[in-house]
Amino acid sequence: MTVRVFVPADSSALAVGAGEVALAIAAQAAARGSAIELVRNGSRGLSWLEPLVEVATPAGRVAYGPVTVADVPGLLDAGFLAGADHPLALGLTDEIPYLKKQERLTFARVGVTDPLSLADYTAHGGFAGLRVALSLTPGEIVAAVTESGLRGRGGAAFPAGIKWQTVLAAAGDEKYVVCNADEGDSGTFSDRLLLEGDPFCLIEGMLIAGLAVGARKGYIYLRSEYPHAWKTLNAAILRAREAGLLGDDVLGSGRAFDIEARLGGGAYICGEETALLESIEGRRGQVRAKPPLPAIKGLFGKPTVINNLITLASVPIILARGAAFYRDYGMGRSRGTLPFQLAGNVLCGGLVEKAFGLTLDELLNDFGGGTASGRPIRAVQVGGPLGAYVPAQDFDLPLDYEAFAARGAMLGHGGLVVFDDTVDMGRMARFAMEFCAAESCGKCTPCRIGSTRGVEVIDRILAGEDHGTNLPLLEDLCTLMIDGSLCAMGGMTPYPVLSALKHFPADFGLADK
Amino acid sequence: MTRSELLHRLIAAHPPRQDSLLPILHSIQDELGWVPPEATEPLARALNLSRAEVHGVISFYPHLRSVQPGRHVLQLCRAEACQARGSAALEAHVRARLGIGFHETSADGVISLEPVYCLGNCACGPSLRVGDEIVGRVDASRFDALLVALQEDLA
Repeated sequence: MTVRVFVPADSSALAVGAGEVALAIAAQAAARGSAIELVRNGSRGLSWLEPLVEVATPAGRVAYGPVTVADVPGLLDAGFLAGADHPLALGLTDEIPYLKKQERLTFARVGVTDPLSLADYTAHGGFAGLRVALSLTPGEIVAAVTESGLRGRGGAAFPAGIKWQTVLAAAGDEKYVVCNADEGDSGTFSDRLLLEGDPFCLIEGMLIAGLAVGARKGYIYLRSEYPHAWKTLNAAILRAREAGLLGDDVLGSGRAFDIEARLGGGAYICGEETALLESIEGRRGQVRAKPPLPAIKGLFGKPTVINNLITLASVPIILARGAAFYRDYGMGRSRGTLPFQLAGNVLCGGLVEKAFGLTLDELLNDFGGGTASGRPIRAVQVGGPLGAYVPAQDFDLPLDYEAFAARGAMLGHGGLVVFDDTVDMGRMARFAMEFCAAESCGKCTPCRIGSTRGVEVIDRILAGEDHGTNLPLLEDLCTLMIDGSLCAMGGMTPYPVLSALKHFPADFGLADK
Repeated sequence: MTRSELLHRLIAAHPPRQDSLLPILHSIQDELGWVPPEATEPLARALNLSRAEVHGVISFYPHLRSVQPGRHVLQLCRAEACQARGSAALEAHVRARLGIGFHETSADGVISLEPVYCLGNCACGPSLRVGDEIVGRVDASRFDALLVALQEDLA
């Protein structure tokens, strides 16, 4: 009997040897006369266990990890193809607490299916949402998204339904759907995990968005730092086109929709929506002044839905299961789930999709297991390079957009970077300004010049020079950047700086307040 | 095929519109490893742009190189999540081992070193990229082994 063996082809798994492990398993199983079918799935998101190998057994899939090439002969000797015990055995994958405690809605298929198999996708609930959408009017689709409470997952958390309604109501025959897959924030990898593990889910979400607003063309803007995701995405688009899901007659509905993937150029600022549109149009990725909003005048001057990848990939399940199903998860005005990403110095790093409302402490300790170094957690940067550093005394915070905003922090794209007590927060504050100086698009002065002046004044503070002058100067500069920048790059870089200064003054050579 | 013929072939493979610029530049760099200065003029002519506009785009995007790199381009992640896992120490080791800094090429022409801000491998850092491969959980000894493989062209 042929045994199905799963070895992820996800970037993170490949980065720690999954490719070599897959080759070794295939070669050594063949040499022993064992018939196996090797499936290159996406990652389950248990990053610390990668490469995580799974074997299908009558009782369910059994996991082993982290597996190295050197472990393969021993695994075969022990009978892992029958799910036998071994020091690397983790039991049934679905029973691993880290996974079992999650609420996987958007990521239900990631790591489970063959990412490029349409048969697998359909067998696991794929296209159920699209079929519902094809039976609805555009207004009804938009109403479902609005009622679900879905907000933009890129960080700004703007209600998706309102954005879609604006585009639906905008005059014009030509409209676009644009997916922002320029996932530049350090500590975030959910876009990549979904693209490499379940690309048809994004395609389905974009198809639904196209039906909702009357667009016939979609663009996916992917960052160039994701070479594996780029290959998977293009292969998926090709297969969807061949299967008649994309093209002039989507699933025989008479409706047209096609998708083109575009590769970015390593510029962080292109994650800002108007800079992204400029980049697709073939220009430098410089921010546009708003208004006009992209929903009115977006790509090529036409009404455009531009959403983060996770926002669009969350739409299929909303249509398939109904707005109320999704809305019943979460707390306050944060409805549904967010795929949190545990990164940096954390013992059990990976992807945790949970309903909004669990506390930071639960995420960091119950899921993350504390630091990888075994030392105490000192600070967590939540929401990417523009997010505040949150100190341990704030770990009671519930993961909710409004609760975070109330304490001067933000959830952003759901990435958390954990630092232990060896971190120098003065240096991290300096890095925030240095990063802004490197990545500023140069359009507005507070960001372009302010970031460089910020590095200089932090250097003076760290060198102990005239704190009486330099501290008020830094705070004044930060205020100017927050109030005067065109977009979040300059407007939010002060958050990591000011939070580091407020919570960790000793690292700046100041007495504890 | 001469380089000029190659450039014309790559340009002609895309619709003659401004939004083809970035895809064409990617195709040039994929073929040559960089975007040579002689690409600017034919690109401007084909897409009806000024040479300044084309140059402006090439110089804006860090991914696009206007200087020919070494045989292998090694990108080291400098972002926060890798810093939390010890990338600063790794960076110091890499600089010392190669004897070069960022945006420089080793004297033997084998390695060009570039900074990168996040490869999306944030739970398995420190990370680096060589060509289209990402390498995770990199420490000094793993880097040294990788370097030997690159120098012998085994990677």
